[in-house]
Amino acid sequence: MAMSTSNLTIETLNKMFAEGKRFDGRGLLDHRKLEVSFEVSNKAEGSARVKLGKTEVVAGVKLALGTPYPDSPDKGNLVVSSDFLPLASPRFELGPPKFDAIELPRLVDRAIRESHMIELDKLVVTPKEKVWTVYIDLYPINDDGNLIDAATIAAIAALKTAKVPGIDKDGLVDYDTHKVALPISKETAPISFTFFKLGNSIILDPTREEEEACEAKVVWGISKWNKQHMINSCQKGKRTVFTRAELEKMMDLLPEKFDELNDKLKKFL
Amino acid sequence: MRNTINEAHEADVDYGVPEESSKKRKVVIPGEVIVSGEDYLPGEGSHREGENVVASRFGLAEELGKLIKVLPIFGAFIPRRGNVVIGKVTDITFHGWLVDIDAASGSFLPIEESPKFISKNDMEQYLAIGDVVAAKIWSIKSKGIDLILNGKGLGKLEGGFIFKVIPSRVPRVIGREGSMISLIKEKTGCNITVGQNGWIWIKGDSIDAEIKARKAIEFVTEKVHVEGLTEKMGDWFEEN
Amino acid sequence: MAIKRESGRSLTEIRPMMAKVGVIPNADGSAIFAFGDTVAIAAVYGPRQLHPQHMQDPSTGILRCNYDLLSFSVSDRKKPGPSRRSQEISKVTEWALSPVVDLEGFPNTVIDVQIYILQADAGTRTAGINAASLALAHAGIPMKNLVCSISVGKLDKDLVVDVDKAEEDFKGGEGPTDFPIAKIANTDEYTLLQLDGKIQPEVVKKILKLADKACEEIYEVQKKALKEVVQ
Repeated sequence: MAMSTSNLTIETLNKMFAEGKRFDGRGLLDHRKLEVSFEVSNKAEGSARVKLGKTEVVAGVKLALGTPYPDSPDKGNLVVSSDFLPLASPRFELGPPKFDAIELPRLVDRAIRESHMIELDKLVVTPKEKVWTVYIDLYPINDDGNLIDAATIAAIAALKTAKVPGIDKDGLVDYDTHKVALPISKETAPISFTFFKLGNSIILDPTREEEEACEAKVVWGISKWNKQHMINSCQKGKRTVFTRAELEKMMDLLPEKFDELNDKLKKFL
Repeated sequence: MRNTINEAHEADVDYGVPEESSKKRKVVIPGEVIVSGEDYLPGEGSHREGENVVASRFGLAEELGKLIKVLPIFGAFIPRRGNVVIGKVTDITFHGWLVDIDAASGSFLPIEESPKFISKNDMEQYLAIGDVVAAKIWSIKSKGIDLILNGKGLGKLEGGFIFKVIPSRVPRVIGREGSMISLIKEKTGCNITVGQNGWIWIKGDSIDAEIKARKAIEFVTEKVHVEGLTEKMGDWFEEN
Repeated sequence: MAIKRESGRSLTEIRPMMAKVGVIPNADGSAIFAFGDTVAIAAVYGPRQLHPQHMQDPSTGILRCNYDLLSFSVSDRKKPGPSRRSQEISKVTEWALSPVVDLEGFPNTVIDVQIYILQADAGTRTAGINAASLALAHAGIPMKNLVCSISVGKLDKDLVVDVDKAEEDFKGGEGPTDFPIAKIANTDEYTLLQLDGKIQPEVVKKILKLADKACEEIYEVQKKALKEVVQ
């Protein structure tokens, strides 16, 4: 029964959202309390733990040497993975990933890649032969909804504190030496905002109970370039539609929401 | 080392351990000595090791005269006969409804339990998949739990919402002789049914009343070890 | 002359320990346990339904343990997915914990114990068992006692308690020896015994005594963590 929200609770949530109310007293577009901490693992090149209310996600950045992809011979590689550990929820099981676990890292990847936050062209060791691959691994520790947005924040927090390992005289990675910070843009870091819809109401940062009740969702990755807000990625999910009016409203909201969350994030960095 | 009391009595089992009727409660961990002495009787959650009565689990040890019990503080719901539970219908079979009560066994509500005669084709009219029902545990067998609907407030729940608290806090939510839950109902004007499995149903005249009732209950469940909680709740309602 | 430990610890000194209970709200029981830089997190879910049905035992609940490393817990990133090593550790962990739990009251159910290593600096399985023992207690599972676990090693000829990574990789003298042990707290009952290295039979007796002493300290840390969560 931890599985999904029941019919009658969904109807009540629908009425509540229509009145602009939520159980924890937040506004429909307010985030829960954000906490960010670092050094989840001193073996990672960078790592972070993010809590949004009771949702907790950890992210770790590891670098390894590899060959560049054929279509980008002068760039380092980025690989974003996630594992929905059975630790985080009675709904998660060992075994092949369900759709949510497949979608999440792909969405985080897209938001980061399209924002050009990581300067992949500065991660070349020997042109066309040897480059750094940046691995970002995301793990939910407690699932109380909105894992995608929490994971994106964890990923960029980990990237912001990441350092590049040294290379020894044999050309192998020396994980005992970390001198240089990971080359990332000073300007931009993406944040994702997943809007959820129930009835005619749109909400942000749902708890698990609220998220299960919602009928449609759309994830936007947004960053800032030259003081201009840029939408870098988007994915709509679930079965119900979004109207043009709803989408336009999101576009009006996003810049302000980005700045608001970015300011909160700065306090931790 | 079996739990010596596994079956609760049918009557009054909803209203669990009274809040302040026992003396000397202390937190104990598995294997910890609670008291020493041959004349003590090890009850639920404890066992005898030579002279000592020792905790068989993590919880609150209490002495009721010479009877020692260790009450759980955290943990999954352990179903007992007579428990009132709130569950969600997950399937409809020929003979009744499969209900998820968040327990380690599946539960079944036989078609005969519905309030009026229902033919097998109309079962969905009474309870459809996703609907919520308050029921009582009639029996617990290895193949599963059987539910019945004889009792006040039992049956299909409509309107309102359900949410979960840690099952071991349910006695606190109910209070001594129902005093806490009555206070919350009175102050918010809501209909509330409390399941021993930790699921609670609230239905009120307004969204605000329903939200307040939930907040009050969540406040109560956060306090594990507090005396005089019912009086404190009076203050809480003044402030909220 | 006794060997010097790189960490500056005395031969019988355990790394600074940290234990916290109730770290995962969704779980029925949860805990973090650390030996210095080795950090393990454990969650317990259960008793709950066990699928598939043919795995159910009508006479008792079963304990199921899963241990693994997070990708970034080690220097060389670990690829996702269980390895042979983690499967073996999952099984010995289950054997280390089973003797204390009493699951006869929960037939046909499973108690799932999930252990993950956030940061690895040797002794991960021992930290994992200590975390899991706390999580099981936190979940209210009927238990005789807590289980405590420590690894005792040998650097050349000296026995050392709580082997860290540098000591695991020790190359001098007789080479390293690593002996992870777990026992039921305050008893003479051992539930985990594994060994890699070279030791004489009489030395095993000494190692068990060192493990006993270390486990007494670990027990106090575990007890404190459990009592603190009820505040």
